[in-house]
Amino acid sequence: MDRHRPALTHPVRSVRPLRPVRWILVAVPVAFLVAFFAYPVATILGRGLWPDGHLDLSPLGDVAGNAALRDVAWFTVWQAALSTMLALAVGLPGAFVLARYRFPGRSLVRALIVVPFVLPTIVVASAFLALGVEPSLGAILLAHVFFNYAVVVRTVGGLWAHLDPQQEEAARVLGASRLRAFTRVTLPALRPAILAAASITFLFTFTSFGVILVLGGPTRATLETEIYRQTAQLLDLRTAAALSILQLVAVVVLLVATGRFQGRRAVALGLRAAAVTTRSVRSVGERALLGANLALMLALLGVPMAVLVARSFATANGPGFGFYRALGELRSDSVLFVPPADAVVNSLLFATVATAIALVVGGLAAFAVVRHRRGRALEAALALPLGISAVTVGFGFLIALDEPPLDLRTSWIIVPIAHALIAIPFVVWLVTPLLGSIDPRLREAAAVLGASPRRVWREVDLPIVGRAFAIAAGFAFAISLGEFGATLFIARPDRPTLPVVIYRLLGQPGAQNFGAAMAASTILMALTVVAILTAERARVGDIGTF
Amino acid sequence: MLTIEDLTVGYGEHTALDGIDLTVGDDEIVCVLGPSGSGKSTLLRAIAGLESPTAGQIRRDGADLAGVPTHHRRLGLMFQDHALFPHRDVIGNVMFGLRMHGVSRSEARARASTTLALVGLAGYEQRAVHELSGGEQQRVALARALAPAPSLLMLDEPLGALDRALREHLVDELGALFRTLGLAVLLVTHDHDEAFALGDRVAILQDGRIEQIGSPVELWTRPATAFVAEFLGWNVTRALAPGLAAVRPDALRLGTGNGRPAPVVVGQVARQTFRRDHWRIQVELADGTALDVELRDTRPPDVGTTVEVIVDPADVIALPD
Amino acid sequence: MRRRGFSILCCALVTATSLAGAPAAGARDDVTLTLVTHDSFAISKSVLRSFTRETGIKVRVLPSGDAGAALNQAILTKDAPLGDLLFGVDNTFLSRALDEGVFERYRSPALTRVPAAYRIDTTHHVTPVDHGDVCINDDTAWFAEHGLAVPRTLDDLTKPAYKGRLVVENPATSSPGLAFLLATVDRYGEDGWRAYWERLRANDVKVVSGWEQAYNGEFSAGEGGGDRPLVVSYASSPAAAVYFSDPRPTEAPVGTVLDTCFRQVELVGILRGTEHPRAARRLIDFMLSRRFQEDVPLQMFVFPVRDDARLPAVFTRFADVPTDPASLAPSVIGAHREQWIDEWTDTVLR
Repeated sequence: MDRHRPALTHPVRSVRPLRPVRWILVAVPVAFLVAFFAYPVATILGRGLWPDGHLDLSPLGDVAGNAALRDVAWFTVWQAALSTMLALAVGLPGAFVLARYRFPGRSLVRALIVVPFVLPTIVVASAFLALGVEPSLGAILLAHVFFNYAVVVRTVGGLWAHLDPQQEEAARVLGASRLRAFTRVTLPALRPAILAAASITFLFTFTSFGVILVLGGPTRATLETEIYRQTAQLLDLRTAAALSILQLVAVVVLLVATGRFQGRRAVALGLRAAAVTTRSVRSVGERALLGANLALMLALLGVPMAVLVARSFATANGPGFGFYRALGELRSDSVLFVPPADAVVNSLLFATVATAIALVVGGLAAFAVVRHRRGRALEAALALPLGISAVTVGFGFLIALDEPPLDLRTSWIIVPIAHALIAIPFVVWLVTPLLGSIDPRLREAAAVLGASPRRVWREVDLPIVGRAFAIAAGFAFAISLGEFGATLFIARPDRPTLPVVIYRLLGQPGAQNFGAAMAASTILMALTVVAILTAERARVGDIGTF
Repeated sequence: MLTIEDLTVGYGEHTALDGIDLTVGDDEIVCVLGPSGSGKSTLLRAIAGLESPTAGQIRRDGADLAGVPTHHRRLGLMFQDHALFPHRDVIGNVMFGLRMHGVSRSEARARASTTLALVGLAGYEQRAVHELSGGEQQRVALARALAPAPSLLMLDEPLGALDRALREHLVDELGALFRTLGLAVLLVTHDHDEAFALGDRVAILQDGRIEQIGSPVELWTRPATAFVAEFLGWNVTRALAPGLAAVRPDALRLGTGNGRPAPVVVGQVARQTFRRDHWRIQVELADGTALDVELRDTRPPDVGTTVEVIVDPADVIALPD
Repeated sequence: MRRRGFSILCCALVTATSLAGAPAAGARDDVTLTLVTHDSFAISKSVLRSFTRETGIKVRVLPSGDAGAALNQAILTKDAPLGDLLFGVDNTFLSRALDEGVFERYRSPALTRVPAAYRIDTTHHVTPVDHGDVCINDDTAWFAEHGLAVPRTLDDLTKPAYKGRLVVENPATSSPGLAFLLATVDRYGEDGWRAYWERLRANDVKVVSGWEQAYNGEFSAGEGGGDRPLVVSYASSPAAAVYFSDPRPTEAPVGTVLDTCFRQVELVGILRGTEHPRAARRLIDFMLSRRFQEDVPLQMFVFPVRDDARLPAVFTRFADVPTDPASLAPSVIGAHREQWIDEWTDTVLR
């Protein structure tokens, strides 16, 4: 059958000229991006570079001329690159093992690896420090791999689960060794997903804040920590604006380079149902591979998390639920106290809204990216919020979103919107590789059989990418639970979430405060696992079964 | 009744179809035969509405199809590589068209089952498509196209991926099926045997143009152009008559020319090939060109032997230059 | 004639009541004030409720990040303020707040009960509410075990006996870290503090980025089980360490080295452009009332500024209040803060 499958002999192009409904695919994501990213960022940059009504670009010159800042910029770039390469090196085998092998406890492991993503940095850092890790470059890299392991495993694994194993087998029959079959057949097919994972990891580590501060020690600074200092502490908006522009330029360069490297649209792959491509381990070699990766996950991810959980039960009166009770009692008379149940509800509420926004906007964008020639530009634009300092975005919200129709800065909705900004690139980057790999003939077949364009989307695209949507939903939920991004730096509406509770508890001495913070962290971890497991099992009609 | 008038489809500098005129009557099977790259697939895609014509008209029962979107054209199209939906089982694939046209789930299922039985796949309803063999997948694809009872069924290389024995068997089956159902069928292929066995009329397509169209017998006995002749395996040569002429390999004989006023040319045996029930030898002529000769029931002369090639002038057809 | 007398009487009454800080009889403001604070703000619900009961004014608290971020947000949104009052400016950032003109003037009559040491804003744009001194804390158990005397002065910290025992926070990223730096500037003068830090560096001082990491990571009496028995923290930390333990110890596990303290005063101010200036003033008066001031220690673990506010038992027993902490004028801090931080970074980190 493969012999006669033609490569795409002509470029895939839209069958119809743009119709009004197609514009929605592009208009909604663009409007969202402009209203909640471009406009606030431009406003705050304007304060820095446009004081007193005329453009003043001298801060850019000052920054460029400052050797210390140049060093900081360079360090930011290469530590992110190194972190990304390490995360890929460690994560790709894990992606394979979790996508292809069936073993007991598989769903649970897949959910557990996302948990690090969610934890506040200071909590994780304290676990590492307790394990004897000293602040150093190695600690930074270790923490970055810890946080981003799930990004690589689930992004790449999401596509890998659908690749036809027969293609690699065909190569081996034709004489390629295992390695060559992998590098010549599988790796190119995985390229879009690998690039997506690498881009996300790079952007996260590029704007990494807490990890650098705590685990890098006082001698290390990145653009992000500098921008925080300049904006939140010194209020030197001129320098902060110049540094933000530097960040922006670096991120745009990365995204353009990635886009070029992706090459033309993905070749149509023979996609298989995920349930089909997995099998149980057979040979000794496979057992060893699975075992080694599970051991790595246990050591890298499991141990620090176990430390946290253990500490949450280690009360002075012996192991027990004392700290959990304290969570509900400590300072319960205080005006900013929130019962843990309320904090959980707030976290879940924000996470649900953020996920919904991300899936809708990101889903539309994913389809737009695949169908339009200029889709790449939209893909890159949507990823910008990942690479821009959260402080810049947060402060931008403050000064931009203060009058109708966008008078949202003290509204609760600003929190899930900020989370969605970070989550949308996940949706786009998880879904488009799979979407782009669907043989366009399937859509044509459906059209010939009578499916209108909307019906084609519903009957062909959506079921096949359902799994990718589920994974993306899991990430979006985790991102919101973990309070990534701008919401740490802006005025919060009075609906504290679990991470906020954790930060407040960690700010006071005392064993009860600390223990309660560990308890709240454990609850956060449990919530994440449940959310991911639920997202994986979600079935809407036949969506999610592929 | 499908009428195609002066259909031209081009993208960029490449013109895939150039001024095609073709009709397919109800109940008629028309086969379009051509080498790879001749534009066969483009023709089907244009009729289905998947490509936009640059010029020309496509009419079905008099009504112009321009502006009618693909999903309203109610045509059947069986793709070259089947394009079965991997996320649906066999019955899910076959019922798809019926569901798109608003048929209820239970009725669609029943009709799809009947269609599966028609193509010899009764009992395959719940199977997953990736588990099927090439022949079975091809039949599912056929059933999927047939189930909504389209007025015109188009097939793109339907037997291309199959082994020879299966192909020959299925050619007979398909022919019988089409005639039973009384469908209008447009089938494109590069395989001569398929086209001539199935087609009521055959059109030869080359570089986007129809070189000749007619019944199989017409084409086979009277190729109209050099291309058609060569495509059908005839010898096209200037050695046997003034101007360009065509002669079939099995109309050539080796031997002495005494006693008959037959055209004779002399050459050397350059190559021998055994083809199941005959030998095909290539004779190189003095002017450097070659003739293929079919020999039955005779051992061919050795390579290098000088031979005489004899032909009955009635078997030589003149071609336009 | 009578009317003039009447109006004079009215004015006198109104003035008298506003000076006294007590609500004028029947003068209820049915408004909601937004109090922008930093994330560590805390006060009892019952205390705020009593304010609302007395005055009809509801108070909505809006936490906005750490103290520096909260102030900078207020400066950024000067033309469209986020709320009516801002709590949490301290002496290290006061000069910037005053220069940017984010506050409106108000001189509360209750200031008479606040000692002069805490009335650091003579222009009355902000009002002191509490003070929390940044001091070096020591792990009493550790020193007892190792048979070492707890250091008593800043100079002691440079002695070989205490080599590798101190952890401090980076003043560039941490408020207590900055405060400790300012303490050394005050004690050793603008020309001598760098030499002190060189000695500290030679004595193997450890620098981390934030208080959480220092206290619960490196400090031996913190929750991280670190190995350094001396940390830059707060004078109230011993009380908090006791209060937030279960069971409560009878002895404080943590002590304070009083000579190393730097005074930090927290202030509240009315944001310029507020729509409810009168209600805001009443809230400020309330924040200086005994009721509020006595609630502050166990909520925020800082000390009240009011001289007659009683401290809770856990404070009187375990928290030592420095009598003569280091301090610097806000304007001086404002003028040199960045320069000192840069010099500190050069001296200690490079």
